[in-house]
Amino acid sequence: MLKSHFVIELLKLLAAGMLLISFAMLSTRRIQRLITLYMWQGAILFLSTALVAYDAGLTELYFSAALTLLLKVIALPFILNWLVRRLGAQRENERLAHIPATMLAGLLLVILAFGLAQPISVLAATIMRHTIGIALAVILLSFLTMIMRRKAIAQVIGFLAMENGLFFAAASATYGMPMVIELGIALDLLVAVFILGIFFFQIREQFDSLDLHHLESLKEE
Amino acid sequence: MHSYSWVQSALATAAANRLATVSLLAAFWLLLAAAGMMRPHNIRYVARILFPLGALGALAMFCAAGSFLLSGSAPETMTLAVGLPDLPFHLRLDALSAFFLLVLGMAGAGISTFAAGYFRSGEGTAPGLLGLHYHVFLASMAVVMLADDAYLFMVAWEAMALSSYFLVTSQHRIAEIRQAGFLYLLMAHMGAVCILLSFGIMQGGGWEFTFAAMRGAALTPLRATMAFALALAGFGAKAGVVPAHVWLPEAHPAAPSPVSAMMSGLMLKTAIYGLLRVTFDLLHVRFWQWGLAALALGLFSGLFGAIFATVQTDMKRLLAYSSIENIGLILTAVGLAVLFAASHLPLFAALALAAALIHVLNHSLFKSILFLTTGSVLHATRQRSLGKLGGLIRYMPWVALFALVGTLAIAGLPPLNGFVSEWLLLQAFLFTPQLPHTFVNMLVPLGAAVLALTVALAAYVMVKFYGIVFLGRPREASLDQAHHSNWLERAGLAWLAAGCIAIGVQPQLALRAAGAVTGMLVGQTVAGSPSVWRIAPIAPEQASYSGWIFLSMILCVVAITFLAVRLLVHGRVRRAPPWDCGYRWQDARMQDTAEGFGQPIRLLFGAFFWMQVHLPSPADEQPRYRVHIEDRIRRALYRPVSAMVQRAADAVSFLQSGRLALYLLFSFLTLLVLLVFAL
Amino acid sequence: MKGIAFVWQLVEVALAIALAPLLTGWIAQCRSWLQNRSAPPLTQPYRMLRKLFHKEAVVADHASPLFRAAPYVLFGAMVLAAAIVPTIVTDLPFARAADAIALIGLFATARVCQALAAMDIGTAFGSMGARREMMIGFLAEPAILMVFFNAFLLFGTTALPGVVDHYASHPSVIDPSVIFAAIGFVMVLLAENARIPIDNPATHLELTMIHEAMVLEYSGRHLALIEWASSLKLFNYTCIGIALFLPWGIAIHGTSFGYVLFALAALIAKLAVCGAALALIESLSAKLRLFRAPEFLALAFLFAVLGLLVHLLMGANTSA
Repeated sequence: MLKSHFVIELLKLLAAGMLLISFAMLSTRRIQRLITLYMWQGAILFLSTALVAYDAGLTELYFSAALTLLLKVIALPFILNWLVRRLGAQRENERLAHIPATMLAGLLLVILAFGLAQPISVLAATIMRHTIGIALAVILLSFLTMIMRRKAIAQVIGFLAMENGLFFAAASATYGMPMVIELGIALDLLVAVFILGIFFFQIREQFDSLDLHHLESLKEE
Repeated sequence: MHSYSWVQSALATAAANRLATVSLLAAFWLLLAAAGMMRPHNIRYVARILFPLGALGALAMFCAAGSFLLSGSAPETMTLAVGLPDLPFHLRLDALSAFFLLVLGMAGAGISTFAAGYFRSGEGTAPGLLGLHYHVFLASMAVVMLADDAYLFMVAWEAMALSSYFLVTSQHRIAEIRQAGFLYLLMAHMGAVCILLSFGIMQGGGWEFTFAAMRGAALTPLRATMAFALALAGFGAKAGVVPAHVWLPEAHPAAPSPVSAMMSGLMLKTAIYGLLRVTFDLLHVRFWQWGLAALALGLFSGLFGAIFATVQTDMKRLLAYSSIENIGLILTAVGLAVLFAASHLPLFAALALAAALIHVLNHSLFKSILFLTTGSVLHATRQRSLGKLGGLIRYMPWVALFALVGTLAIAGLPPLNGFVSEWLLLQAFLFTPQLPHTFVNMLVPLGAAVLALTVALAAYVMVKFYGIVFLGRPREASLDQAHHSNWLERAGLAWLAAGCIAIGVQPQLALRAAGAVTGMLVGQTVAGSPSVWRIAPIAPEQASYSGWIFLSMILCVVAITFLAVRLLVHGRVRRAPPWDCGYRWQDARMQDTAEGFGQPIRLLFGAFFWMQVHLPSPADEQPRYRVHIEDRIRRALYRPVSAMVQRAADAVSFLQSGRLALYLLFSFLTLLVLLVFAL
Repeated sequence: MKGIAFVWQLVEVALAIALAPLLTGWIAQCRSWLQNRSAPPLTQPYRMLRKLFHKEAVVADHASPLFRAAPYVLFGAMVLAAAIVPTIVTDLPFARAADAIALIGLFATARVCQALAAMDIGTAFGSMGARREMMIGFLAEPAILMVFFNAFLLFGTTALPGVVDHYASHPSVIDPSVIFAAIGFVMVLLAENARIPIDNPATHLELTMIHEAMVLEYSGRHLALIEWASSLKLFNYTCIGIALFLPWGIAIHGTSFGYVLFALAALIAKLAVCGAALALIESLSAKLRLFRAPEFLALAFLFAVLGLLVHLLMGANTSA
């Protein structure tokens, strides 16, 4: 019982950290910091999954934690960093419009997510039921991050962060997804990053920049 | 001895029958109004006799209403013999109306005293006429609060609007002032129509227009909501709630300063009175959504007013926007009270309502001080633009002192009164997470942050106002001609300033008076004070505030420090030119201007403004930087409507040919049509 | 029993007045160490005060009484705040004069007084400083209010002694909302006390200064009082932070001498740690442009509100 109580406290802290990182992603201007934040988000995800696995004694979840560690903390940040270096985009910082207003919008999203999650968390019986709201908020915030960005890499990171949120939600609500699905998603992510990386090169070839507003000129007149 | 007992018995009668006393005082004001017309051009007669008498009447009103509130008497009612054939005028004095009469009396006494010294001959309307409008205005406000049927209420309401219209346009030879007056009258009437419709719904099909009948009427939720919405719109238009605020910054600067003080300090409060009367007394159901709507409107008005006040360059416009802000705060408190009351949390509702009521009282005091001081400044310097004032503390020390009290009070700083109501309101906000509705319990606490932002912005505005008008160096050479205000003006200001300090350090009395009202409206009263020194609205261990300790402690420390420094070190002072980082070529024009103070706000809250910035090019011979700021809401909401009205008017203008025969023809045709349809 | 409370109250105020410059000196020392400079002695602020008190006060020709009264009022307000914030005992008679929200009001009073005094001489820098100080003020107030809102949700009171008592009666839990609120509070503390990301207390670089611009015209004893009041303000803010987030060791009811001595030792240790931490934060961050200040304080606000929301979402079983 005592063990479980401590685990709950720790999980709450981790969930709060997750939320915090989403806000940091929303407000940071630098590409490389965005990647670092993504790495931290993956680390938190790994820790919390491992904790749940430990508390519930589920071997499956250990596997998924290990997968998280490998993919989201080590592989993807490495690939993204490599991409940024190859593209020479380290210095391509964003010009964000009115950060306080963006944060306020983010806050409203959090309220929405928390409000929506309240009835769900009553139904869920897992020890992480309180964090469903946070997972939902992370998804929405990552979506907002994607909307607010104009650089291609930043958008991809937003997309990846959204997947983190989904994963977190799954872990909170149902002790994770079945192994097959998880493996599939992991593979999807890897492939997506590779394909998008190829796209980046193409976009830069074409427009000499990774700014996505150049794509607006592709519409038919 | 004989006369003494006569006075005693008269006082006893008055105490026993306060409604009659109060009505007689209103009638006394009407009498003064009529007396002004006897010698309308004699300034000494009007200013030195009638206005001081009016102030005495206000003082008596203050005493009568205060004693009614503190004695906790039952409501008194009276039916007058005059009125419509089957609807005589009903009067009623209960805690709610007594509280607002108290406000009227307290601020009215100060304003009337000031006005006695303020009005000069040769400024627009004849003094007697001004006295007529002024006292009718006072009396009609009193009757609004006493009315116990919709008919008398509307009559008094319209009398109030008309008399204030004439006061606003007292300098009617200036075209802008006529325009401002027209806008005011227009908005007042739109509001009145909404209020009338609201009463129409509330009578509930019985076609009885007494308030007693409305209290008993059973309304469906939809009808009740419609009545509330109409009342909110109508009273909101009178109070200057965004988006119906457009008349306020036009009308307030146009009016003479005592009238601005009266309109801002008292007339806006009649709208709050009406809203409270409808919401908490006449309607028997309340829904939390109403509270949410009022809360949102109030918060937005507050923030909007504060932001716009920061960019103003005319001191009276600045104060007018600040009035919008304060009305916003009051409406926020009212909304919160409705929210709590409808969620069955009556104690917190009482807390929010007490905050609203005390803020009504406070605002009537400090806003009157500020408007009146602008009057003194205006008379002394002939300048209204902040860009041409400065350094007046050295020429008008008394006015500057009273203005300082008003400034600190309106900025919501302890130990003055503005802080008390804002503190109570924040305390009420602390309990909003207990509201039993998802989303609402998360969103409404954020309102507290908006409130804090608004209040802090108000402090910014007031530093700007006071700093630019009274501190620094005179921006124009002519300002050293500025002269003192006369003793009547100072007496009026001193009375109001004393009120600000008294409520600030001893808020218990105000809280008790407000407690009588909350007891009547929501059936709960916030906890009494744990001791005479402090207030603790919910529980002493939860939060308490003591103005006494604040004031005495600061004064003690100041005194001790002063003496210690003098005794232990020295008290030598050398006068020298200002240093300013050693920069030699400085003059008064290099001080921050009103525009300079507005600049950070324009940058931060750019979304609120519609701005046109004109930047000079480097090659300009005479470079001028110009910013034109307009109100987005006004542009988006009012311009299209007025353009539409103009187009419609143009379309039917062919009817106005100027030929008499044609006009007669119109009348004739109308008559024919009526005959055909009627018979 | 009542009398002894007043004694402790006086002791506490005297302690605050005496210790405040020491804290300022300690932070300056830590900063120097961190930046590889040779540090000024710990008593430097006291020497500074002594020097200023004995110098002659030069006042501008046309200064009004308001200008000369403001330093005293400022000092008085800060001493009053020191009487309200519990540092070593919680049984304080004056602490009932104000809860945390009224304390915000008190600090606002001091701020407005100082801003008005800065505008009194009518110099360009004075009014610029006043404007900027008021701007930081209105940006910081929502954030600090939300921090206290958090405290109210967690402890059921906004009276600081009540918060400390609550800690004593409830075993502590690591609550995310406490951490969020603490981060927000530290950010507000930095902004309100003219510390580095917002203002640099050590600079007289003309165009970036805020606090210093306001006190340019002061000298001699007036300046000494203002400097002392600023130290006291920092001390008070730090002690509010300690009372809210690290209250262990403050003597609750036992006003016996031994308890209080222990509380004093704990206070000094905590102040040393907090001072060092502040110095570290200041050394690690760069001063922001003035118009990045809203972002900084919006972040503080965000932290505080997130704390609130997280508490509302998951607070149901924290105390279980």
